[in-house]
Amino acid sequence: MTPIGFFEIVGFGERGWGPALLLATSVTLAVAVCGFLVGSVLGALAAAAKLSRSRLAATIGDTYTTVLRGIPDLLVIYLFYFGGSLALTNLGRMLGYDGFLGLPVFVTGALAIGVVNGAYQAEVFRGAYLSLSKGELEAARSVGMSRALMFRRIVVPQVMRYAIPGLGNVWQLALKESALISVIGLVELLRQAQIGAGSTRQPFYFFLAAAILYLALTTISTIAFQKAENRAMRGVRRAA
Amino acid sequence: MDLAFMGRTFLTLIEGVPLLLELAGLSLTIGAAFALLLATMRLSGVAVLDWTAQSYIFVFRGTPLLVQIFLIYYGLGQFRPALQDIGLWWFFREPFYCAVFALTLNTAAYAAEIFRGGLLSVPHGQIEAAKACGMSRLQRFRRITLPIAVRQALPAYGNEIILMVKATSLASVITLMEVTGLAHRLIAQSFRAVEVFVVAGAIYLFINFVVTRVILAVEWRLSPHLRRAPDVEAPMKPAPAHARGA
Repeated sequence: MTPIGFFEIVGFGERGWGPALLLATSVTLAVAVCGFLVGSVLGALAAAAKLSRSRLAATIGDTYTTVLRGIPDLLVIYLFYFGGSLALTNLGRMLGYDGFLGLPVFVTGALAIGVVNGAYQAEVFRGAYLSLSKGELEAARSVGMSRALMFRRIVVPQVMRYAIPGLGNVWQLALKESALISVIGLVELLRQAQIGAGSTRQPFYFFLAAAILYLALTTISTIAFQKAENRAMRGVRRAA
Repeated sequence: MDLAFMGRTFLTLIEGVPLLLELAGLSLTIGAAFALLLATMRLSGVAVLDWTAQSYIFVFRGTPLLVQIFLIYYGLGQFRPALQDIGLWWFFREPFYCAVFALTLNTAAYAAEIFRGGLLSVPHGQIEAAKACGMSRLQRFRRITLPIAVRQALPAYGNEIILMVKATSLASVITLMEVTGLAHRLIAQSFRAVEVFVVAGAIYLFINFVVTRVILAVEWRLSPHLRRAPDVEAPMKPAPAHARGA
């Protein structure tokens, strides 16, 4: 094991895989961001369902968060990959196209991450909503705000503030879960490392490089969320 | 949905449960011991030990588990001659050992922080009181610190157990045929993703349901001080007929 070999292989020289790995890192980031955004929409809806007075909506919300947090992410990815392609192929057949139609792996991956992430985000949003002060909501109602106005002016800004630390954790989950998308063939960071490992027969160097790049992504995220939290909390007096 | 097919699917997938439990059980047990060591290092007050444990935790929590599995199973294959020389190749050749090893290292990093939180939550006054009663360090740890720390860490550790049950599914990527591996093979053969998914998901949900119940039961046992005090007047009343025998 010579360190020169490692840097030569994952570096930016003539035979280096550096550019490919960096490109793959951006794919990882993109699929994680898309998944996280899908998760935000689903999470907000599920949180609203769980908090609603309707028994049916609350049950649906509870089932969603319990099931998706209780089964392995890999299983969800397989469901979306195979199930999605199957549904698409059947749809094609109805429209008169007689061949196999595969769902694009990027879309599949983003949706699978989003559905799982949404279950976690729902809990974060619910917790943040429950920590709103009742007095402020009452005050908003008493000055005659409509529900929509109250939601926009009072609820959303504060829920966003309280939710930041939780969302930071859930974002890290999305980032790490994106590595699983490699099993369905999306060339993100881990898949690119596998490809490099296969063609150079130096798997350790490639997976080590991948681990370092993931670590960089998670570290930058931690710092960014800490900054966001400090900014959002700048008006809040803390207990010393 | 085809119920007969789902029945057959269930019988196939259930065969993966022993492997799943083995993977989770082994890595959680060894991982907890390692985590306790890491947590003690973090709290030791010795800068080098603290720093070492902190870096370990940072690396293993900041990278995906699948990358760790690949690094150990495929990556270490690069050093096969060296591993053969020192007589460790038999270990890293087996996907099962590699999976347990990776899961253990991973859960140790998460559990270490949970244990540390538990140990830090022990009120200082209780330790002082124990000292005042003349308990030795070991006695204090066994009688005061440990029970309180375990009680505090239990809910978070329960979540970690569930995460590990789910994480065993990644072992299927390095050819181990546990529940997710079998499910993947069935889906690829039959192309009935939804049915197989429902059955496999139900198996995981059931296991995790049992885990949460067990954790709740242990939590209840460990917190007699939080339960409602027994009715003071109860002994004076005649016990109801059905309770007398008990």
